[in-house]
Amino acid sequence: MSKPTHSRAESIARILPALNYRKIGLAFVVMFFFAFFISPIWTGFVTAFKTTGAVTSTTPFIPPGLDGFTLEKWSTAFDYLSRGMVNSLVMSVPSTIASVFLGSIAAYGLTLVDWNERLQFSILVLFLVGIFIPYQAVLVPLSDFWINIVGVDGLLEPLGNLPFFTARHSRLFAVTVTHVVYAIPICMLLFRGYYMSLSDELIEAAKIDGASITSIYRRIVLPLSKPMIGVVFIYQFTMIWNEFLFSLTLIGSSSSPAATVTLVLSGLGSDLTGVDFGLRMAGAFVAALPTLIIYVLFAEQFAEGLASDR
Amino acid sequence: MARSEDTVAGSPPVSASTTSEDWRDRLHRFSKSDFVRSFPYWFIPFSIMGLGVYGGIGWNTLISLTDYEGFRERPDFTSPDLEMYAQALQDPAVIVTTKNTFILMIVFTTVTMLLGLFLAILLDREIRFKEKIQTIYLLPMALSFVVTAQFWLWMYNVNNGLVNVLLGVFGLGPYNWIGNPDLVLGSVIFALIWQFSGYAMVVFLAGLQSLPDDQFEAARVDGASTFKTYWRVIIPQLKSSSVSAAVILLIFALKAFTFLYSMFGQYRVPQATDILATLMVREAFQLQNWAYSAAIATILLVMSLAIIAPYLHYQHKQGSL
Repeated sequence: MSKPTHSRAESIARILPALNYRKIGLAFVVMFFFAFFISPIWTGFVTAFKTTGAVTSTTPFIPPGLDGFTLEKWSTAFDYLSRGMVNSLVMSVPSTIASVFLGSIAAYGLTLVDWNERLQFSILVLFLVGIFIPYQAVLVPLSDFWINIVGVDGLLEPLGNLPFFTARHSRLFAVTVTHVVYAIPICMLLFRGYYMSLSDELIEAAKIDGASITSIYRRIVLPLSKPMIGVVFIYQFTMIWNEFLFSLTLIGSSSSPAATVTLVLSGLGSDLTGVDFGLRMAGAFVAALPTLIIYVLFAEQFAEGLASDR
Repeated sequence: MARSEDTVAGSPPVSASTTSEDWRDRLHRFSKSDFVRSFPYWFIPFSIMGLGVYGGIGWNTLISLTDYEGFRERPDFTSPDLEMYAQALQDPAVIVTTKNTFILMIVFTTVTMLLGLFLAILLDREIRFKEKIQTIYLLPMALSFVVTAQFWLWMYNVNNGLVNVLLGVFGLGPYNWIGNPDLVLGSVIFALIWQFSGYAMVVFLAGLQSLPDDQFEAARVDGASTFKTYWRVIIPQLKSSSVSAAVILLIFALKAFTFLYSMFGQYRVPQATDILATLMVREAFQLQNWAYSAAIATILLVMSLAIIAPYLHYQHKQGSL
């Protein structure tokens, strides 16, 4: 279209208004924060592939060259953490399932069945406070309870002949139960928000038809809860897998056979000569692997769980 | 099957001769009421949670009144006193950690909220790949503090960390972000802001998306600039989201322990970053001063209740409970 008579300056001037400065600025800011959020993770990722020499001699966020490349850190980290990974899995899956179930039935009893509004409200408030309290407020009784009163170390002794279990694995059992107890309030809240958004009509109709409270739960509420069960499961699994304070205080040391992956990771790759950052980074990724996979697959559900966590 | 009766209060009046029958009738009806039938649903989870949370708090308070310390001895409840609290109020460590706790709470919460709001408004505009970008912004929140602490330890490394490498481009540094007592609290807060601003963004985005579109249109028709529209019309309506985000962040800052422990790899973190939460865990699980740490835990609990109670009251008033 452009005619040869146009000067160069003029043709540039004709292009310019087509570019939207605001959009460029916006894209620039978005990319800046993209870099801000990804750079610690990216830097850790490339560092995990570097030899100990390359870790200090290369720029941290640039992938290693051929001479500085190694998979050794990953295999060491995996060997070191695999016991913790198994322990974390054995702990996280049952405690997530139990807390999701208990949270769901509690929310059902408090929202979809009306009995006494004031009493229901008081119970709700007690649940909500349970979400927010700092766990430090129950740590001393908790360890006193499990270790001195229950005598958790001998708890699973009758099962002691099984090849996988050692006596100390009973500490893992204590952590599992503890997670269930303190996860109930948040699961209850997540389900409550969802149940309140369900239409009353279906449940009212079922009541008029004479369905009992149990059969309403099993036949109507539970099938309708499927998407929310997914959200709560993903959210809770991530939270329990990532948790550290209960593991530290109830299991104690990262060398314990019952140590969860977060506990093992906290002792990885540091000795008298300093921190082996390549190994640390590889270990961090191995420990985060299940939650990363879940996050990549179900980012939306995770965000939904977070947004309604209040 | 079930007759929907909230309570037995609505039973018909009784004549003397039928009292016993009526009593049975009432019992029968009560057993079929929604209260009784829904009882197992909420009461089982409620009592498990109640024992853990409120039983734990009560027991913790009792322990804080004793002199319980050391291994494997039972606390002596015979002469309860407030000695541990008196000791805590005079302990220089408690004073320092309280100050640090407040600095962490205020700076961390304020900056995270502002950044989260900014990011939410940014992503609320029409931009490409919005979902993908949101996923990346929120990614740190899916990681354990144990993991992110390792990343930031490496970021802040004096000789080879990315932070000093980037600053080196501008001829600054290198700074000892972790080793310098003047810098370490700021470094920790910055890392926590990195981890949590995606969360604040998600809360604000949910708030923004619940607002009707026509408000924005109306403001535009009136000739208001984008900035003015947000400042005058949109942001004031985000009050509820702001309160929620602020409470979550404040409570987190109050109990932040894992990140600090993992970054320094021990119970004793540098004094400049020592907060009440780390002091409490150290007193209990490193030094076995159970009663004393229970008293510090009670202080933490009271501080958190001072945040939670007004919040729940506000939520109730808003009708959003």
